Amino acid sequence: MEASLYRMVRLIRRFEERCVELVRSGDIIGGIHPYIGQEAIAAGVCAALRFDDIITSTHRGHGHVLAKGADPIRMLAELCGKVTGLNRGRGGSMHAADFSKGIFGANGIVGAGGAIATGAAWAFLRQGGGDKVAVSFFGDGAVSQGVLLEAMNLAALWKVPVLFVCENNGYATTLTVSESVAGTICGRASAFGIPSSTVDGMDAAVVFEAASAAVESARRGEGPAFLECLTYRFDAHHTWEHKARVRYRPAEEEVSGRLRDPVEIAGGRLDPAERESIDEAIEALLDEAVAFATTSPAPDPSTALDYLYGSAVLP
Amino acid sequence: MARLSYLKALQRALIDEMSRDESVFVLGEDIRVGVNNVTTGLLAKFGPQRVLDTPLSEQGFTSFATGAALAGMRPVIEFQIPSLLFLVFEQIANQAHKFSLMTGGQARVPVTYFVPGSGSKTGWAGQHSDHPYGLFAHVGVKTVVPATPADAYGLFVSAIREDDPVVIFAPAGSLGVRDDVDLETLSAVPLGVGTIHRPGSDVTVVAVGHHVQTALAVADQLEGEISVEVWDPRSLYPFDWSGLAESVNRTGRLVVIDDSNRHCGIAGEILATAAEQMRLTAPPRRVTRPSGAVLPFALALDLACQPDAEQLVTAVREVAKD
Repeated sequence: MEASLYRMVRLIRRFEERCVELVRSGDIIGGIHPYIGQEAIAAGVCAALRFDDIITSTHRGHGHVLAKGADPIRMLAELCGKVTGLNRGRGGSMHAADFSKGIFGANGIVGAGGAIATGAAWAFLRQGGGDKVAVSFFGDGAVSQGVLLEAMNLAALWKVPVLFVCENNGYATTLTVSESVAGTICGRASAFGIPSSTVDGMDAAVVFEAASAAVESARRGEGPAFLECLTYRFDAHHTWEHKARVRYRPAEEEVSGRLRDPVEIAGGRLDPAERESIDEAIEALLDEAVAFATTSPAPDPSTALDYLYGSAVLP
Repeated sequence: MARLSYLKALQRALIDEMSRDESVFVLGEDIRVGVNNVTTGLLAKFGPQRVLDTPLSEQGFTSFATGAALAGMRPVIEFQIPSLLFLVFEQIANQAHKFSLMTGGQARVPVTYFVPGSGSKTGWAGQHSDHPYGLFAHVGVKTVVPATPADAYGLFVSAIREDDPVVIFAPAGSLGVRDDVDLETLSAVPLGVGTIHRPGSDVTVVAVGHHVQTALAVADQLEGEISVEVWDPRSLYPFDWSGLAESVNRTGRLVVIDDSNRHCGIAGEILATAAEQMRLTAPPRRVTRPSGAVLPFALALDLACQPDAEQLVTAVREVAKD
């Protein structure tokens, strides 16, 4: 488990760093919301999931999509807007999805995934014959969204097997948690009678342990659970900030926030030789992904509205 | 032949689809009791797992339905009042509707959003009387407005079977309509196919929802003076443009009656497309609510904002004379 957790944390870190380069080179248009610094949460939670469980993700979703099992090569092709991408170039960074892997999509609206995950998990219960669960990832900003709180109420009322994972990185874009959250984040879960805990979101092993317990209780039919993972976003809210150079975090906080690095925490538990061989394999994989993404064909403009409907529609 | 009411037709469609397909379930506010008289009795027939009374959390349960649909179910949501659609415009237009394209065709969201009693019920004032079908047609969400019991049955069935989100507006003004119907012939009505309720040769009146009844009455009234064809699009999106062209190219004259606001409304779209693509021999007209109207409470004020037969007669006479 230690090696696989490290591998995923490291893969997400290097994937994101390569993405930032591709944003700079213009291969990725529209920019991205880098997940750098928060990798342990996606890696730890998804390690507690099965292939047939589902997740909903966020605008900062690359880590969740990769950790749930999407192919990094087709994921990068998607970010570059290519027909070979997961969504055939129709989704991009904020909508990357792979339904064959239970990835019900990154989502461009903060807090939107909670109700979708709850509905999917309820459907699993209705369909019977299994103990599948759903996980909804969201940030601290989402805990002020009504639709998420409504979803938590529904999940608790109907004992839905869904895990709500709040990645508290301290900022909703530029607004601090203390300026946006009255009461506490876990207090919201308590209000609905949903068991919650707050854990170190920089340590993938800690996240894995907490997520495993929550997922198992959901599988046993005990209803939803809530996990607050404390973390720090190492990079910008969005790569747009690299040009805009907005300042909203104290310089000393930016230094101290990076002292505990998920990659180093997970990697420190491995034998250096094993770590090196994992790193090398990841570099080779990402080299292949970048080559594939940058050389894949762009979609034909005449297909711009393909897939708009599931069943045929007259013009 | 049996006397079938519009409300009973809606109920029959829902029962038939729930009986036929285990993945269909209905959720909404006060639906176990059935305050809108459509879901009455469904709880006893299908049980609480398929007839879900929800808390007053429209945004939550609308996206809940999206998630259930993505996981293979076919939810039908009843919205007690049309204005609740404003609360969930994000969840329908920006979430459910966009999944198919954004995922490159990976996802299907077969949810039906159902509004029994849309438009003015008279006296329900500003926040309960809207008819926002044009908003959904504008963003490309499949939108239907049945006018007769047979179409209420057939379009509701089709909406539930569609693999995409569909909004079905059942106008308050249509709920009391009854027709003699052979129950054996009730069947799915495809989306995007209009129908001629009454043939005519001088003027095509496109009537949306309950104004089909208004237009039929006006056609009767003008019989001998002007021959009015009453054409009902049934679906506002997709829209049966070729069916409309067939009628308009014959009559050369067009009036639209539409119980929604004039500015950026569906009537404007119909006139614009007719002007671009059809053979009009006279400038077309539309009879609508005023631009940007908020329906006031007092009876005289409420009625002053709604299109009516008198306005339609005037418009038909104007285009016939041009």
